[in-house]
Amino acid sequence: MTKFSALSLVKNALTGHKGWTEQWPECEPKKEYDVIIVGAGGHGLGAAYYLAKEHGITNVAVIDKGWLGGGNTGRNTTIIRSNYLYDESARLFDHAVDMWQGLSQELNYNVMYSNRGCLMLAHNVHDVQSFQRHIHANRLNGVDNRWLTPEECKEYCPPVNIDKNARYPVMGGALQERAGTARHDAVAWGYARGAAARGVDIIQNCMVRAIRRGPDGAVMGVETDRGFIKAKKVAVSASGHNTMVMETAGVRLPLESMPLQALVSEPVKPCFPCVVMSNAVHAYCSQSDKGELVIGSGTDQYVSYSQRGGLPLIEHTIAAISEVFPIFNRMRMLRKWGGITDNTPDRSPIIGKTPVKNLYVNCGWGTGGFKATPGSAHLLAYTVAKDEPHPINAPFSLERFTTGRLIDEAAAAAVAH
Amino acid sequence: MSTYRIQGRGRVNHSEPVYFTFDGKTYTGLRGDTVASALLANGVHLMGRSFKYHRPRGAVSAGSDEPNALLGTRRGKGQFEPNTRATLQEVRGNLETTSQNKLPSLKFDIGAINDASYMMFSAGFYYKTFMWPKSFWDKVYEPFIRAAAGLGVAPSEEDPDDYAARYVHIDLLVVGGGVAGIMAALTGARAGAKVVLVDETAEMGGALLSEPAVTIGGMAGWDWLAAALEELESLGVQVMTRTTAIGYYHENMVGLVQRVSDHLDHVPEGAPRERLWRVRAKQVVLAQGALEKPLVFDGNDRPGVMLASAAQTYLNRYGVKVGSRAVVVTTHDSAWYAAFDLAEAGISVAAIADIRPKIDAELVSKARALGIEVLPSHTVITTRGRLRVKSVSVAPVSNGAVGTSRVIPCDVVLMSGGWTPSLHLFSHTQGKLKWDAEAQVYLPDVKTEEVEIAGAGRGLWGYGAALEDGVVAGRTAVKALGLRATARAPGVGVDRPGTGIMVKDLPTNGDPGKARAFVDFQNDVTAKDIRLAVREGMRSIEHVKRYTTNGMATDQGKMSNMNGLMIASDALGKAPPQVGLTTFRPPYTPTTFGALANYVRGHQFEVTRKTAIDSWAEENGAVFEPVSQWRRAWYFPKDGEDMAAAVARECAATRKSVGIFDASTLGKIEVVGPDAVEFMNRTYTNPWTKLAPGRTRYGLLLGEDGYIRDDGVIGRLSQDRFHVTTTTGGAARVLNMMEDYLQTEWPDLKVWLTSTTEQWATVAVNGPNARKVLEPLVEGLDISNEAFPHMSIAECTVAGLPARLFRLSFTGELGFEINVPASKGRVLWEALMKSGAEYDICPYGTETMHVLRAEKGYIIVGQDTDGTVTPGDAGLDWALGKKKPDFIGMRGLKRPDLVASGRRQLVGLLTSDPKVKLEEGAQIVLDPNQPKPMKMVGWVTSSYYSATLGRTIAMALIEGGFDKMNDTVYIPMPDKTITAKITGTVFYDPEGEKVKL
Amino acid sequence: MLLIHCPYCGETLPETEFAYAGEAHIARPENPSEQTDAEWVEYLFMRSNVKGVHFERWRHIHGCGRFFNAARHTVTDKFLTTYKAGEPRPDIEALTGIKAGVKEGEK
Repeated sequence: MTKFSALSLVKNALTGHKGWTEQWPECEPKKEYDVIIVGAGGHGLGAAYYLAKEHGITNVAVIDKGWLGGGNTGRNTTIIRSNYLYDESARLFDHAVDMWQGLSQELNYNVMYSNRGCLMLAHNVHDVQSFQRHIHANRLNGVDNRWLTPEECKEYCPPVNIDKNARYPVMGGALQERAGTARHDAVAWGYARGAAARGVDIIQNCMVRAIRRGPDGAVMGVETDRGFIKAKKVAVSASGHNTMVMETAGVRLPLESMPLQALVSEPVKPCFPCVVMSNAVHAYCSQSDKGELVIGSGTDQYVSYSQRGGLPLIEHTIAAISEVFPIFNRMRMLRKWGGITDNTPDRSPIIGKTPVKNLYVNCGWGTGGFKATPGSAHLLAYTVAKDEPHPINAPFSLERFTTGRLIDEAAAAAVAH
Repeated sequence: MSTYRIQGRGRVNHSEPVYFTFDGKTYTGLRGDTVASALLANGVHLMGRSFKYHRPRGAVSAGSDEPNALLGTRRGKGQFEPNTRATLQEVRGNLETTSQNKLPSLKFDIGAINDASYMMFSAGFYYKTFMWPKSFWDKVYEPFIRAAAGLGVAPSEEDPDDYAARYVHIDLLVVGGGVAGIMAALTGARAGAKVVLVDETAEMGGALLSEPAVTIGGMAGWDWLAAALEELESLGVQVMTRTTAIGYYHENMVGLVQRVSDHLDHVPEGAPRERLWRVRAKQVVLAQGALEKPLVFDGNDRPGVMLASAAQTYLNRYGVKVGSRAVVVTTHDSAWYAAFDLAEAGISVAAIADIRPKIDAELVSKARALGIEVLPSHTVITTRGRLRVKSVSVAPVSNGAVGTSRVIPCDVVLMSGGWTPSLHLFSHTQGKLKWDAEAQVYLPDVKTEEVEIAGAGRGLWGYGAALEDGVVAGRTAVKALGLRATARAPGVGVDRPGTGIMVKDLPTNGDPGKARAFVDFQNDVTAKDIRLAVREGMRSIEHVKRYTTNGMATDQGKMSNMNGLMIASDALGKAPPQVGLTTFRPPYTPTTFGALANYVRGHQFEVTRKTAIDSWAEENGAVFEPVSQWRRAWYFPKDGEDMAAAVARECAATRKSVGIFDASTLGKIEVVGPDAVEFMNRTYTNPWTKLAPGRTRYGLLLGEDGYIRDDGVIGRLSQDRFHVTTTTGGAARVLNMMEDYLQTEWPDLKVWLTSTTEQWATVAVNGPNARKVLEPLVEGLDISNEAFPHMSIAECTVAGLPARLFRLSFTGELGFEINVPASKGRVLWEALMKSGAEYDICPYGTETMHVLRAEKGYIIVGQDTDGTVTPGDAGLDWALGKKKPDFIGMRGLKRPDLVASGRRQLVGLLTSDPKVKLEEGAQIVLDPNQPKPMKMVGWVTSSYYSATLGRTIAMALIEGGFDKMNDTVYIPMPDKTITAKITGTVFYDPEGEKVKL
Repeated sequence: MLLIHCPYCGETLPETEFAYAGEAHIARPENPSEQTDAEWVEYLFMRSNVKGVHFERWRHIHGCGRFFNAARHTVTDKFLTTYKAGEPRPDIEALTGIKAGVKEGEK
């Protein structure tokens, strides 16, 4: 691995950049691995990286049916925050936010973590109560989050419209300054490069068709379109396709896959200093390093793997942006795309063991998996290496759906009265 | 008139000058010009600076694929937009344009220092550096990167313009107004189909507008065009110019955006700026033609280097000479025709350098006849010139070896790397593309929608072939519509057929590692960037795209994708289809937010539901709060009162005498039928069988998971009729849930459900004098306590209106809720106000309602519950019909975690200091001195100042709260810790005597 | 925007008139109280989430208000058929030649 630095960049510049080598090699699968991770997104590649780095397990393969980072890692709106309500969620996401702070240095790969802050706008009394509850809980959990008045919201993010006569007037906002965005592809590439340098095989364009179990029920390996690959342990982290992969091992998951659309505007000079989320209006916006406004949409209402999306949803998304930021009405939408999100009934992820011995799963991140990438990867690696969950991910078990101990962030923001 | 305009030539109106400004200077164009053609007519090529290196750039195309000539455009206050393509925007009076991404000026840009150190800024350089010291990223590096990126500046004022939207349902939509599209539309229209034909430019005709030499049907091409358009009009075809098909969605729905007024000097009163069309067509023909590719060579981005077809368009459509001395470099015959047109118009064409060794002899002899030097098997080494190209170096290639170069002075270089079929919309349908190895292009393969592709989009070339193919596509569509096609393609006299080859970056005798050979002009991606990406392990085109940003500029790869793919394929030693193709995504071209939001702006963003009494509240100074879609009167301040004072007064008045409240937003559902009681038993937790007609009961609704979903008072009007009330926000959800069970789980039950929320206006009258206020207005009912006790319901007449009268209380006082037909809500309200005048009846809003109910410990679902609260948690176990065999949620309640100890239970809280009001949402701990993260045992759900009690009160969900009565808990705030005592939730009249007055 | 055929109205209408209502043919158990926790979690939360032909419920919410069933391909989003609530699962293979529940990669 060529170490990246300003010096190496200058040196290479002088020699026509001929000295750079592959960031990860192309691999043919070996016959056997200690651990196979299904899905080469940020979570899967990161888990391989931490298995190698923190647990000394280097005989690891990450297998993906497509190109690494080609799933939701490369399709999300890159929002990173941890101002979740429940203790379990706050700890999970704050663990990730802690890791984001030094991730570029850790990976020797600039993932451009941009500590821009995330402002969530309240538009009615119920929002205000709900956000205050978040802020108080976050404060006692040691998670950054504070209340801003409408005027302070405007000062923090000038494009926000705080006209009191707006259809959805801004009644204040919850600001997490530690939140931000990052360059999504770089996260996958950085982990891939780091994992490969530690001996992990990254096998792209190889579809895992089934998980094979032995007579004792434990995992034996995976059937792929390049043949059977033996493995002592298998971890599945294939967002959008977890149901199908896990079903081959006889494990049912409480997931529904739904497309989520996102879009960007044409690039403009810096005009939007942070991330703004307005759940009531369904407007989610930030500005990328390139200058594009990155805008999130809602999920389509039905199960789908098509990523195609319809016009009404885009109209609604843009109308929401124009409602909260009327000055952007003459901006132009440049590109729209979709991703497939796995949604659990309580909108919290599942990271942990499964009823099948030596089979692990990391799924159900819904629309919010990117922000958790380093944390999730770290915890999945721990769970696989130790065959028991880390205290942080222990509550995010599959069993919780049976016992009823849900971590219901969505219900907690329920609207009524 | 400038020396670059040819008098009388083109389709512009030479007798109508139009004045506009560019960077503050006034220029003259002609009606029909684009900004680009008008600037070129004035000899201006330099129109912008590139993204990364700030290199000087001019228009490279004459269409919507333009990556360079992007300008800020402005009409008046609030009417500014960045990144407008000068090649598409027409000139108009009142148009101000400004160049972008320059500091301080277009001609002298200090940002161009990046260009000098270009070797540092290789693909993905930013992933490799800016990491040390760590703290510099946020403060130094990132702001620098961001400031350098972006193109134009965002608008900073609110947009005053209007936007519109329409639906249209038709038989056939034809996208693209070239000859193939026109023939497809004619074929459809002649067969009697309802047809819409759209084109993104200002005029129908497509490439024919740039090639007047072509003859069709025995006449000059432009005469045929005029006749064809006339026929389309006479057949009733809707022909829409300036209309871009932005996306192709499911089931043949195509989104169109029409630019209605951006080209007009003055916008007519009420005209929108743009209009979105949602077209549902039974059949679609895509005739979007093909896009010319640039060639990739060192210095291919200097102002004056442009596509050959663009120069031809500027000449023939706009009457503009793009220069005085041209050199053509090409791999396709089409550029030869462009050269001939230019030469014949008096522009000196010094040479045609063609990469191909063998060229059609006819082309060669014609070129020679026009005095053009012919250079087969030639490559371009480089160009020179700072703000405008001054010369080009070409060199012969033989057996892969590049010979000695020679310099040819020129002021324009016209390039053509062949043509890419335009299949963006087809790709939106997830239609599959197939690589044609011979033509080296992707062509349409498997279709998913009712769509035909016609003309150059299928790789066909020449006008005869396009006309023929337009008819074929039109006939297929017509047949699918069940109609009979009769149209035939007209013959073509003079055609311009041709062929070409696709190449990667051109061979050079220089150092390819130093070549500034651009693939994506706007994003400054060069061939060596793509090769570097491959060297670093990026093996799929998706990785190459994302690593280099090739194809991610505002032209979305129209100009760069295929060149990028050819170079990446070459670097990988694989065929292009093995490297892949980046997916085309909507929109086809950048689309104004306003058009997509259209009418859905401001107060039309979402409906505001108002009750029948809303107007009275507004006239009487109410402050409103939004509650789901409704606006509700929050409080009624009198002169000088703030919210606290108003609420204290409203509470006191109600407790002391009588208050009046608009409760119309409560959800109401009529449950009727022989099995109504069985239905109620199965849905709500409570037992309903024994509820007598004329009586009401508090009802609780759970989800199958056992958690509280909704509540409300439910009255039984007769054996088979229930009047169900729900929360304001829950009305639609509850009805949907009821319908779901009724229709799909219990279809055997004879029950009918009707939403009556908007049929009834509901007014609550509460207070010790409530009966006195109401009684004089009631006819046909004795409302004395004995005849009409607490929790009764009856039908009667109130204030002369047919009414449903509830006796119930959400305040703890004697209370009535009167439902009358919604249209009479205000009549009832005013009658009650009049009747109550002698008791100083006090209108109160939602805030007072909240305080009064909290004093009594009545919960509000969604505030004191949050979707994780069971009836037991909320102290509502009494509402469970324990003898019933089943109700929704009964099984869910038995799940292990729902019966475990330590659940959070709803209790009252009294702060030690009665003046201190807890914040709603504040968290509760048992040990305030523990370190963070603290162990939180609960949270404050409701908290108010109670004027009645002279102190603050609160409710909270606390772990094991029922067993902690009188315990002290702590609420740590940022600046202090508040102590409070756990109590019951009923703070006022715990015996409940007052409701029984 | 999808077009959906309402089997009650007999008309094919735009998606915006309808609301998705989850997977079809998941009947509420006859006697919920007799269900084990494991059985109840199946009913409450476990879904087939098919990549292929998916049987699902829709409600014609801005029309007749009826719930009905549909077979839709989740890769193309195309509806293969819709039918009234309570009617049996149609034989999709006989109807369209597409095998229901086919996994990705299989033919």
